[in-house]
This record gives sequence, structure tokens and C-alpha cells, in this order.
Amino acid sequence: MTTFDPAAVTVGSELPALAIEPVNRTMLALFGCASGDLNPVHLDLDAARRLGLPDVFAHGMLGMAWLGRLLTGWAPQSRLRRIDVRFQGITHLGNAITCRGKVVEIRDVAGERCARVALSSSNQFGQLKIVGEALVSLA
Amino acid sequence: MIDKKWLGYELPVSTLSLERGRLRAFARAIGETDPVYVDVEAARAAGYPDLPAPPTFLFAAEQDSGTQMATVEAMGISLDQLLHGEQGFVHHRPVCAGDTVTVRTRVAEIYDKKGGALEFVVMLSDVRNRQDELVAELRGVLVCRH
Repeated sequence: MTTFDPAAVTVGSELPALAIEPVNRTMLALFGCASGDLNPVHLDLDAARRLGLPDVFAHGMLGMAWLGRLLTGWAPQSRLRRIDVRFQGITHLGNAITCRGKVVEIRDVAGERCARVALSSSNQFGQLKIVGEALVSLA
Repeated sequence: MIDKKWLGYELPVSTLSLERGRLRAFARAIGETDPVYVDVEAARAAGYPDLPAPPTFLFAAEQDSGTQMATVEAMGISLDQLLHGEQGFVHHRPVCAGDTVTVRTRVAEIYDKKGGALEFVVMLSDVRNRQDELVAELRGVLVCRH
């Protein structure tokens, strides 16, 4: 891991993109158990069909966790002040998600110099799945 | 329509004890391989007393306890109507393996859009550690489709 240099962060700085392997059922089963979210729409094809869904789909929080990885792969987690996202679309099986982040503003928040990072995740077809932003301390 | 009586409702308190095995399973599930999240020595070298919980992990507390889903169900929202609209975390201090956190959540807003076709429930949570220090705040928006 490269060392994070807060002095080198400027508006327009891009975080190294994070590419995730295509979503499969094993990933959803592992995340269901680890996150405690056992909603059957993510885990049980039969239950999903009974609810009128064509198949299971990824937990929104799995996609958000990948954005968390994007951030902590760039800057130590101790610098992460907040992360907020809006789920834009369902992430289906086979979707290969890429997470991206870009510094859009540097400003003082509660007396601390922070980078505001715009976040997005999209699949291999360019469909946006999650948008959001994070605040990372540069102090 | 979701009954506005739920506005201000406080969910039953959830408590979660963070264990190394659970945190390693979470790291594996999200593909996190940074040793800080799986190797206690690496975590200590990074200044943590033990494996740190990744930025979104604390959402698990109310999944484990089932309070959030029970509330959603009691509101009359079924699983096929439910979507997770937004989620946010404010981090005040690290939470690590060995910590126990207590999560208190209240229903902060209920509103609708598109003439009631979509209803929104905003839940705000405070997360405190064993020393009763505020470690994180969560904001979740659940969407009910009609």
C-alpha cells in the first residue's frame, strides 16, 4: 500500500479506481452472513421468485462496502469522517462494479481541513448503481 | 400509506459485540485484503488496539438484532416493496474487535413522493461504545414502492 500524502491532495485528484469481480451468488451468501442481512431477496432464488422477482440481487450495503474499500485503500480509515450514499439502481448477478472517487472540494469542516470526495459505482455497461460523497481529513 | 404515528418511534436498542472472526468474515465478504482488517499485528502497527471495523460494518448491529426489519414489517411494508434508498455514516472514533456497541435508532421522517407511489422512512441512529462514547451516527432511508 502506498502512503497517503494529504499535502498532495488537490481538487480534481482521482482515487485509484477499484474494480470488483462480477457479482455471484457466493458473494451474496458470504455478505449476507457477515453483514447480518439475511433478507431472502439476496440469498434465496425461490423466495425471490415468490415475491415476483426474476432472481436474487446484491445487497445495497455490499456496494457501499466496496466504496468504503475504495476510500480506505486511498487514505487510512482514521481519516474518514463520513460517507453518504444514494442507491440508484439494483446491482444484478453478473454485474462487474467499478468504484470511483474524485476530490471535488477542499474545505474546513469543524476546524479541520477536509477533502470532499464524490463517489460513484457503476457496472460494466456504464449503468450507475450508487452515488455519494465522503469527507476525508487532510489535517 | 405508512401511519404517521411511527414518527419519532424509538426502535428497541440493539447491542453488538465485535469479534475478530466476524470482522474477518466481513472483510472476506467485501474482498478486503488490507492486512489492517485481518491481521491483529498489522492493525496494532496501524495504531488500533485490535482489528478495526470497516467503515460500513456497524450497519450489522440492527441486522443481527432484527429490529429494523421488524419495524419495517410492523409499518406494513413487505419485502417486495422495500428498497434501501440512502445510507450514511458519520465516524467519530474507531470501533475494534473486543468492543461492544449499543445502537439507538429513531424514526426521524416519513414522507412520500409521486402522489404516494413512493414512501420514504428516515431512520437516525447513535452508536455508542462500552464507555458510552459516541462512536458513529447512521442515517438510513428506506423506500416503500406501491
